[in-house]
Amino acid sequence: MESLKNEMKMEFLAASSNEGFARVAVGAFVAGLNPTVDELADIKTAVSEAVTNCIIHGYEQKEGHIWIQCSIEGNKVEISVMDVGKGIADIAQARAPMFTTKPELERSGMGFAFMEAFMDTVDVVSEPRKGTCVTMRKTIGEG
Amino acid sequence: MDYKYKKEYGCLILKMPAELDHHAAEFLKEEADGLILRYPVRSLVFDFADTSFMDSSGIGVIIGRCKNVRFGGGYVKAVHLNEQIRRVFQISGLRKIMEVE
Ligand SMILES: Nc1ncnc2c1ncn2[C@@H]1O[C@H](COP(=O)(O)OP(=O)(O)O)[C@@H](O)[C@H]1O
Ligand SMILES: [Mg+2]
Repeated sequence: MESLKNEMKMEFLAASSNEGFARVAVGAFVAGLNPTVDELADIKTAVSEAVTNCIIHGYEQKEGHIWIQCSIEGNKVEISVMDVGKGIADIAQARAPMFTTKPELERSGMGFAFMEAFMDTVDVVSEPRKGTCVTMRKTIGEG
Repeated sequence: MDYKYKKEYGCLILKMPAELDHHAAEFLKEEADGLILRYPVRSLVFDFADTSFMDSSGIGVIIGRCKNVRFGGGYVKAVHLNEQIRRVFQISGLRKIMEVE
């Protein structure tokens, strides 16, 4: 089998109606790797969490742009989701399960926990008032 | 038979949207709370028969509605979960706080 290498970038408005668009677009991009139904669902759920966080927390539901960069190399997928919004002061605290700064919006605080459960690795780079970039990796076809 | 909600024998059945994310959650919350107020039922059922996707935004909606119903001594359950939603229930611990069928 020839070695697979592919890349894509997208930019879109931080609107909740784009959450579905973003996860479906990434899902379609990685479909070339022939992921299982479960693997595809994992990736879509993780992307949905990261994009939703940009909208609710990064931009606090005000206007802004979100960037997704996605690359495939062999059977490895790497997805970065980025905003230039509010940023995170304490990343370790933000990643703790059930921690949320927006309980009044009935947030469960499980977004990062889901990204970690569904992807192999999750890296967060963030700075207050500069923005946040979440990079997630997953190897397809390893069960 | 198609429905958005059904009321039977003191039980309110809420049909969940096709994709339960943050976008759908906002609308669902309002609608569900309106119905819970209008029909002070003893039990609430979340029906996922038409739902293919749910993320952590759905958890907040479900827990919030559970509180509203249980406040009045009510009973809550979730039915017709696909594999993806089952895993979301499992990982989030929702499985432990409500009956799943
Ligand atoms: N893109 C982001 N920009 C700013 N803050 C963020 C971002 N993503 C996550 N956070 C912070 O991390 C916390 C935890 O995120 P998460 O686990 O997804 O839970 P939730 O979205 O339910 O609050 C959020 O409440 C928020 O304070
Ligand atoms: Mg979140």
